[in-house]
Amino acid sequence: MSSPAAAAPITAQAFKSDYKPIWCPGCGDYSVLSSFTKAFAKLQLLPQDVAVVSGIGCSSRIPAYTTCYGFHGVHGRSLAAAAGLKLARPDLTVVVASGDGDGYSIGGNHFLHACRRNVDLTYVVMDNHVYGMTKGQPSPTTEPDWDSKLSPGGTGLRTFNPLVIALAAGANFVARAFAGDPNGTADLIAEAISTPGFSFVEILSPCITFRPEQREWKQMVRPAAVTYTNDAARAARRIMTDDGMNIGVLYKGERKPYQPPIGKGKKNPSDLETEFAL
Amino acid sequence: MSKPKEKTKESISIAITGSGGAGVMTAGTLLLEVAAQAGWYGLMVRSSGPQIRGGEAAALMRFSKSPVECLDDRFDVLIGIDWQNIHRFADEIPLDATSVMIGDPDQSEPPEVFVKRGAHYAPLPFKQMAKSLPGSWPNMIALGVAAGLAGLPVDSIKAVLQKSLKKGGGEKMAANIAAAEAGYAFAEGVPSVPRLSGKLAAGKEARWLITGNQAAGYGAVRGGVRFCAAYPITPATEVLEWLAPALPKIGGALVQAEDELASINMIVGSSYGGVPSVTATAGPGLSLMTEAIGLAVAAEVPIVVIDVMRGGPSTGIPAKSEQSDVNIAVNGLHGDAPRIVVAPNSIADCVSATQWAVYLAEAMQSPAIVLSDQYFGQTRAVVDPPADIGLVTERLKPAAGENGYLRYAITKSGISPMAIPGNPGTAYTADGLEHNERGLPSSQSGDHIKQLDKRAKKLDQFDYGARWADIEGEGDLAVVTFGSCTGAAREALARAAADGIKGRLVSLRLLAPSRPAQMAKALAGAKRVLVVEQNHTGQLYRYLRAEYDLPGTTRSFRHPGPLPMRPDEIHQQITEWSRS
Ligand SMILES: Cc1ncc(C[n+]2csc(CCOP(=O)(O)OP(=O)(O)O)c2C)c(N)n1
Ligand code: SF4
Ligand SMILES: [Mg+2]
Repeated sequence: MSSPAAAAPITAQAFKSDYKPIWCPGCGDYSVLSSFTKAFAKLQLLPQDVAVVSGIGCSSRIPAYTTCYGFHGVHGRSLAAAAGLKLARPDLTVVVASGDGDGYSIGGNHFLHACRRNVDLTYVVMDNHVYGMTKGQPSPTTEPDWDSKLSPGGTGLRTFNPLVIALAAGANFVARAFAGDPNGTADLIAEAISTPGFSFVEILSPCITFRPEQREWKQMVRPAAVTYTNDAARAARRIMTDDGMNIGVLYKGERKPYQPPIGKGKKNPSDLETEFAL
Repeated sequence: MSKPKEKTKESISIAITGSGGAGVMTAGTLLLEVAAQAGWYGLMVRSSGPQIRGGEAAALMRFSKSPVECLDDRFDVLIGIDWQNIHRFADEIPLDATSVMIGDPDQSEPPEVFVKRGAHYAPLPFKQMAKSLPGSWPNMIALGVAAGLAGLPVDSIKAVLQKSLKKGGGEKMAANIAAAEAGYAFAEGVPSVPRLSGKLAAGKEARWLITGNQAAGYGAVRGGVRFCAAYPITPATEVLEWLAPALPKIGGALVQAEDELASINMIVGSSYGGVPSVTATAGPGLSLMTEAIGLAVAAEVPIVVIDVMRGGPSTGIPAKSEQSDVNIAVNGLHGDAPRIVVAPNSIADCVSATQWAVYLAEAMQSPAIVLSDQYFGQTRAVVDPPADIGLVTERLKPAAGENGYLRYAITKSGISPMAIPGNPGTAYTADGLEHNERGLPSSQSGDHIKQLDKRAKKLDQFDYGARWADIEGEGDLAVVTFGSCTGAAREALARAAADGIKGRLVSLRLLAPSRPAQMAKALAGAKRVLVVEQNHTGQLYRYLRAEYDLPGTTRSFRHPGPLPMRPDEIHQQITEWSRS
């Protein structure tokens, strides 16, 4: 056994499990997985102290591809499960992985309340503007004219702006990333984890199979021209007027995370009986 | 003048009614405290109109010198502080010619529905009397009348009011004690109600005054629960309101979730993190929770869901009781999803049964549903403190760095060690997808069958001990019931026994999984099995017919809520069937 003093730094590789992803070749989520492991290594976390929590979707398969504790729950409820875990176990680093269907459609209500509650979580949404896992239906971020079997001719509905909604609902950290830049994305995820409170990282992660045109994103993304602000209204205006391709931290606030003082009370259950005693 | 010899009875039933703001529930709660102070037992069922606030209300009470578990068939006394809309309680407050009815003649005559039952009417001008004692309230007069008619000592009223009106200051206290005394004196002139027979139980100081909802909350923490996430719903909210300040004192926390989908998923998450967790809800919330309860089955995460049943389907009758969530509790998940369903059968048992449910959930890494109901949950009762059942589980966990750790290993008991985040070397992914022993997703039939068997076996092979049912008495007639029908069934059997008809009682505490061998033993030699429950379709009866070989002939006796199951109606069934 090596002496603990000489312990080698933990590498990204140590966060990669031996389980082979089910994703299509070329799927953006492979890069996001590597950004997760790089971010954990950058912060020198230990696999046993990190929990990766998800719902259902291609993107939500990430937990088992890491060597961390994983929780692959039901569709749309990852934020609730993660909040329960973090509130009960504030010592853990809890990272949530989701997709645009999982997070913005079926899980939309939890998204609002997670931002508002501001539990110290990192919420990573792999947005590919489509339901990948169910083979190509429109999501809340799908363009109105995108044609599919379920929405012939397009939905005709305007898209939903998750970053602005996050700001309005009280998220403490808002960033946009691009899966095609795994190192930059790793840095953003690491910064999100290090920022107390609810941190939201929306990652443009192409679905090669159902949205092949998203290969173009590589040419379209650019670093945000200005550094982030701590003024939510200004951040919202910037996001609403950009073309959705500015990458980087867009807002960082100073709200105190919500965390009830679990473990503080030292009474025994039997001490509570006095209130019933006649 | 010498009084005629007093009649006696084993219990006395009193209803206090009035419109919103009349202070009915306060008077009822205080009367219960007065009775407790005097060494009696008793309970108070709350009933109210549909209004959010300020609607008509009724405190339905029964007192005895031994523990009281259900309302009686009729009431000895009905006190109307006023009669506004009180006719709506006609079905809930049966009176007869020997009942006494007190009301304020300055406001109105008693409702026709009560008058025609022939009860003796004694007018008492509550308002006027309260005016003559400045600072006093009519409901304190009602308290005095009720205590006087019940034969409670006047000193006990004083003692209780001195304690509870401490905050209001000396004048308020004096005025209201005087009001209660005036009511008490008035009761002397009213035709007397039979006196309580029996002796006071010893050790009365040790007793508790508790509601079923508080009891369920306390049972959960006794079982080791330290985290709760929940969304408010009638009639379960008081479980949460009790837990909210209680949990932080013992190192836990309660979080109000945005909906039941969140609350159930939050507790699956917190329990996955190693902290025993609970939520409480009613039918509509339970419906929303079913998907995630299935997740807890598949991922083998212990959770406890307290369902305080109310009238259904849909929004149904929110503030009134009905045992109509049996179907959803025992069957309401998709896939083959074994789960534990436990039903307390008295208010005191809400403590023990909930503690047991936490124990079972933690021991078997499974969801457990506790089926309480509004009748227990919102009823306040004087009870003997339920003993700690002494069952608190440490979850089965792997050692740190266990070699080749398999989260869902096939074991003899079906229970496999559950790694808790933070433990090095045993990280795994908890998954609602079918999986292999390691926990990796698998759609292969071999893995599916193995894991289905594992999850069924761990519940089936567990040693539930004697707690699965309360079995009492003997005879070739058996009454099988559960939950809040138990008290009425027990009383009906006692009355039948007094007529020479022997019968036994099987009150199920464990609804799922079923216990065929134990049931066969409990019912050995029975020729008639009467299944008693409070719902419309006979949900328990159908479940029993599907899961058990019941001996002899079986009959279902049932009616839906909100009327409670009463001893007399079960007694009649027993008598008729035994004679035929
Ligand atoms: C309650 C429920 N409804 C529907 C589904 C089917 N379903 C699985 S994944 C999914 C959409 C996933 O889309 P997204 O979150 O964008 O993930 P992606 O596959 O694109 O990464 C749907 C509708 C489900 N599993 N559960
Ligand atoms: S369907 Fe799309 S999102 Fe899913 S794995 Fe394939 S490329 Fe990725
Ligand atoms: Mg998607």
